[in-house]
Amino acid sequence: MSVPGVLGPALRARGLRKSFGARVALDGIDLEVPRGVFLTLVGPNGAGKTTLLKILAGLSRPSAGEVWVLGTDPRREGARLRARMGFISHEPYLYADLSAEENLRFFASLYGLRRAEERIDEVLARVDLASRRGDPVRAFSRGMTQRLAIARALLHDPELLLLDEPTTGLDDRAVGILVDLLGAIHDGARTLVLTTHRLDVGLRIADRVAVLAGGRVVHEADARSVDPSAFAPMYASLCGGVP
Amino acid sequence: MTATARAEPPVPSFLGAMIAVIRKDLRLEWRTREVFTATLVFAALVLLTMNFSFEPGQHAVEDMAAGLLWVAFVFAGMLGFSRSLLAEKEGGCLDALYLSPADPGAIFLGKVASNVIFLAVTEAAVLPLFAVLFNYPLGRAFPGVIVAIGLGSVGFVAAGTLFAAISTQMRVREVMLPLLLLPVSVPVLIASVRVTQTALAGHALSGALAWIGLLVLCDALFLVAGMLLFGYVLED
Repeated sequence: MSVPGVLGPALRARGLRKSFGARVALDGIDLEVPRGVFLTLVGPNGAGKTTLLKILAGLSRPSAGEVWVLGTDPRREGARLRARMGFISHEPYLYADLSAEENLRFFASLYGLRRAEERIDEVLARVDLASRRGDPVRAFSRGMTQRLAIARALLHDPELLLLDEPTTGLDDRAVGILVDLLGAIHDGARTLVLTTHRLDVGLRIADRVAVLAGGRVVHEADARSVDPSAFAPMYASLCGGVP
Repeated sequence: MTATARAEPPVPSFLGAMIAVIRKDLRLEWRTREVFTATLVFAALVLLTMNFSFEPGQHAVEDMAAGLLWVAFVFAGMLGFSRSLLAEKEGGCLDALYLSPADPGAIFLGKVASNVIFLAVTEAAVLPLFAVLFNYPLGRAFPGVIVAIGLGSVGFVAAGTLFAAISTQMRVREVMLPLLLLPVSVPVLIASVRVTQTALAGHALSGALAWIGLLVLCDALFLVAGMLLFGYVLED
């Protein structure tokens, strides 16, 4: 039931299941993320993190269960919901032979943005790539490409940002830059959900942390109150000793 | 936390999204020339190989000219569709297109329009090559041939773009595209060959109205089916 003037949670999943043939990827996920919160989903490879994010983004259909994103059913709202959401993956979602600016201009058109040039200037400055705007993405390092991917995802100022293993393939310095950038993006007006198998990254920037193992949420905690050194062994045991 | 309700975000117009995809594809192709180079070389090789089988001026060439042309277009086209959709698959851009608020039908039509342009450029280069290799002056037949090739290309490209999007999601994509596309394209290809044959023989296209009708029907069918199905194809 919705109360006038009060926004419901950004994400809500109830009994979410997803199977690929005989293999069960998600086995009854129950999750609620309030608006404005930064949630990190940690778990080992194969825990179901990417599958969960793809269902939340509408890229994949659940086999069973319910999911609500920004108060709507992602299967029904389609375009209107996608206009309010950003998605960052370990893949850049960028055209390597176009320049940074050309990529952003193309996606601005796909999002129907007004004042696109102004917005492109803003996001390029935000990810510190304004001076490289004319360079082809092919010439970018992995870290720069991932920063540009963040710029692409922020172009339409989404209320919800889903990040699927964005640190994959980055060295520690690039991870540090990315984490600082995500910290700056987390302004309380936007909900962020990050999946990662790197517990250190997850605990460093999130408000809440949830552990996903065997297709289920097996633990949830306030990330600010978690002691990383005490959490690590518990995390390893929750993941069956495969962190 | 200060999460508050926001204004409704903009959603792109159907035409705006379609034009954005076409412009992006043309820009990418202008920069890389991947599709054009591959399709042109392939089509030229097909014609060259066929050329060794026929003596110029033989009646067999006249009988088979339309078929020869379409064999070259079909194989070059399949290569082009595959390249065009793989460019979207690389870097996950196919997911990015689906995750945007643009209508999947608009994205599909944009891709079809780009692929029609790429194939048309190849066809424009292949036609004079065909005329020279087979000593087959197109002359008065030229306008009719253009109509026949144009009508046939739209339906073939629409089906090819849809099946290329499906096959890029598969592991054995190179094998799957011809297996999926060719059986479905049979009516388009037969009708295209018949109309092209009529035009090449110097006859008025009114003599092939039934085949033209079939082509128009197939074009409309594949375009509408692609628009409706493209969103499902992009899903996991």
